[in-house]
Amino acid sequence: MSAFDGRRLARWLPEFAMVAVLIVLPFAFAAWLGSPDLCTRILIWGIFGLGFDLLFGRTGLLSFGQAAFYGTGGFVTAYLLTSGTLDNVWLAMAAGILAATAFSVAVGFLALRRVGIYFAMITLAFGELSYFLENSPLADWTGGENGLPGVPAPTIALGGFHYSFAGSWPSYQLVAGFFFLGFVFARCVLLSPVGAVLTAIQQNPERTAALGHDVGAYKLAVFVLAAAFAGCGGALLGIFQSYMPPDAFALDTSGQLVIQTVIGGAGTLIGPAVGAAIWLSLRDLLQQVPAVGDLWKFILGFVFVVLVTFLPNGVVGAIMRWLSQLWPRHTPAVVAGAASHGVDAARREKLLAPLRPGVAAAISPPLALEARDVRKAYGGIRAVDGVSLALREGAFHAIIGPNGAGKSTFLRLLKREETVDAGQILLHGADITAADVTAAYQYGLSKSYQINQLFPRMTVRQNLRIGALGRQRGRWRLDVFRAAESFPEVEAVAAALIAELDLTACADLVVDTLPYGEKRRLELGLALASRPSVLLLDEPLAGLSPAERESVKQLIRKLGKGRTIVLVEHDMDAVFELAERITVLHEGRVLAEGAPKEISGDPQVKQAYLGGMAP
Amino acid sequence: MPTLAQFLSQAFNGIALGSLLSLIASGLSIILGTLGVLNFAHGAMFMLGAYAAFVVLNHSDSFALALALGALLLFVFGWVTERGLIRFYYRRPKEDQILVTFGLGIMMVEAVHYIFGGLSQRVPLPSWGEGIVNFGYFIYPLYRVEAIGIVAALLLAFYVVLYRTRIGLVVRAGIEDPLMVELLGTPVRRAFLIVFCIGSMAAGIAGVIYAPLAAVIPNMGEQFLVQCFVVVVIGGLGSFPGAVVGGLVVGEILSLTTLFNPAYAQAAIYAVMTLVLIVRPRGLFGTMGRA
Repeated sequence: MSAFDGRRLARWLPEFAMVAVLIVLPFAFAAWLGSPDLCTRILIWGIFGLGFDLLFGRTGLLSFGQAAFYGTGGFVTAYLLTSGTLDNVWLAMAAGILAATAFSVAVGFLALRRVGIYFAMITLAFGELSYFLENSPLADWTGGENGLPGVPAPTIALGGFHYSFAGSWPSYQLVAGFFFLGFVFARCVLLSPVGAVLTAIQQNPERTAALGHDVGAYKLAVFVLAAAFAGCGGALLGIFQSYMPPDAFALDTSGQLVIQTVIGGAGTLIGPAVGAAIWLSLRDLLQQVPAVGDLWKFILGFVFVVLVTFLPNGVVGAIMRWLSQLWPRHTPAVVAGAASHGVDAARREKLLAPLRPGVAAAISPPLALEARDVRKAYGGIRAVDGVSLALREGAFHAIIGPNGAGKSTFLRLLKREETVDAGQILLHGADITAADVTAAYQYGLSKSYQINQLFPRMTVRQNLRIGALGRQRGRWRLDVFRAAESFPEVEAVAAALIAELDLTACADLVVDTLPYGEKRRLELGLALASRPSVLLLDEPLAGLSPAERESVKQLIRKLGKGRTIVLVEHDMDAVFELAERITVLHEGRVLAEGAPKEISGDPQVKQAYLGGMAP
Repeated sequence: MPTLAQFLSQAFNGIALGSLLSLIASGLSIILGTLGVLNFAHGAMFMLGAYAAFVVLNHSDSFALALALGALLLFVFGWVTERGLIRFYYRRPKEDQILVTFGLGIMMVEAVHYIFGGLSQRVPLPSWGEGIVNFGYFIYPLYRVEAIGIVAALLLAFYVVLYRTRIGLVVRAGIEDPLMVELLGTPVRRAFLIVFCIGSMAAGIAGVIYAPLAAVIPNMGEQFLVQCFVVVVIGGLGSFPGAVVGGLVVGEILSLTTLFNPAYAQAAIYAVMTLVLIVRPRGLFGTMGRA
């Protein structure tokens, strides 16, 4: 009970610490500069940065166009107030934030079609587009190069109580209040299943999609969320300065946000604010030094390059690493390990049983997976050339064939990772030919990969959680106010898999640090985390030692119980030992199909494998 | 409605601007295609070229010398940058490469700002560039016509290097699949170095040529960098013909929109970029392969 309370307290510790910092900090700045204004400015960048850190630091989407939303939020708010359209500042702010999010939906729809370099270029181009739109075509509303002066501050009026946020200290209170709310909300997002999926997307987007999460929708969601934060920051800037400057839209604004985030520490939430504090304070400090005053931006550029090269998580990341070395954290492995041991074998079996149970006792069970004349060509090469396959529920079917026979391509087509040129794929009688990889997972079709597709900087448990959450929550859900580990069923499945896969000792270790054998078992575990009814295994034994092969074979046999399995494997002993039926592919076509005994005696198969050398 | 003379004159302006964009963007695109690095410092390299012209033409009358020294400066600068910084980033995430070149660009702009100040500098026209040409329908400054010629010659030279030499073959193969080139025993890293130097040099030469036509200021490269991104998105990643055609397209859009309504000139190129992204995401000449 007390441990539970302690954990609960620890969850909110950063929030309490933030309250303390927000109360103390302005006095430090006031003592230094005579007013808390610099602190206010830093927090406005901080609000802007909270959203950007979710976008870039967490999800890995480097946008160079955030100024578009910062400016939109600011100018819409400022215009509504200065034109007299709205009197209520709060309403105007809400409208500004709404406008920024609406704009981001359109930009995100286009920019998120591409990743990496293209995403950075396209967002930057849209940032510039909005800068030019503000500057001339929309100048009648935005004041063009002059911006909009006279933005009023909000007030609170409750009965006889009246308070205006105009002036140095009141604006600090306003901005600090928003920053705190933003911080609390951003942390909720981070700790929620949505935050877990965003982190997964950064580390391995393809696997995240294959584990049933709609990557495109989550990316758009975080892009829009970042724009909402940006819009809020922009609105506050206009209110704080009583003036909305046109350079809110400038490329420099987007650039400065990126620099501050990297200097402060991407992926730490407060990194952008810390970076802003460093940037703005250094500017003020260095400009007072005669010899280097003009070089302040050069020096910051240099610091930035050095930090990018040597400190990937910036100043905050470095401090956190240093702190964790001072006080080594108690690994929760002991507690967690005990929990998974507590689940006995019978319960584990029940937990891991397929969500859609097979009809085990039936004499002729219904078809689980069917491929009808499936074709796929790459240029002139017919990788899969009219393959048909019908698997009854509970069947264990292997596909063998020489290298280049089309086995892996066929599995990719079954898992809907690639579109078919022709033919049909049916799962439990339903046509899934047009479904995508995410939908296939949701229907209970999962796959373990030939080359490990894991989330390298997450723990084993977190990896399995991503897999199990995919089935539990569906393709897409914005449950940002609950913790990622608050799904009892998901936690139980993860714990059961950890025990079954013999990963108890490393359950809470980061996957990157594990030996190959452990990673290979986790790869299998990820495919099982959704409790699939149909399981595709692409060379699960590849690269394992004889002892490890033996244990993985046992695992497949045990955990495959009640499931329909398609196995592609080069280890023929394993294939003939495990499979009930075998299909031989050769040059994209079915060469033979039958029970293991029939296949081993088939002269055509020998011909294909031995190139006509067989007697 | 604009007159025919105005229209032709603006269309010619579009070619002048567009050919310059082609030259800068082809450097950017080749670096992007071969090294996989999006060089955010490319605009600053263009700016360095313009300042090289400013310095040289203050001490001598020879534009050819300015061109040669500007090219040399940026070639050497590219060499030092690739050896000293970029090559450590080939195995890092694309985002890190963007960040580091972005930081480098800021340092270059700020260093120039510190040395030459923030005021715009004027670079005189070369003596052989003074005067006008009469095209019948309209008259046009002689230097701009000559600049088009110089840029065309340079693009042709670029084409010859890329498509008619051994190193060009390695570069083009590297755009398709750098790992395979390395596996085949060709030192692809050396090709990377040369590509970066040539790309940097292309930006620098463009800067020298452009210097007499505009105000030379430290952040003059920023606008060109962004426009080159648009060119690359429209033309297709890593494609030399894409960069050339894309540059001309963007130049014409900018010039012809200005004819009707200058306020929408910049917005128009982003509108076209958006259209290309929707209709043909790979760009006009791009392949779906990388990025």
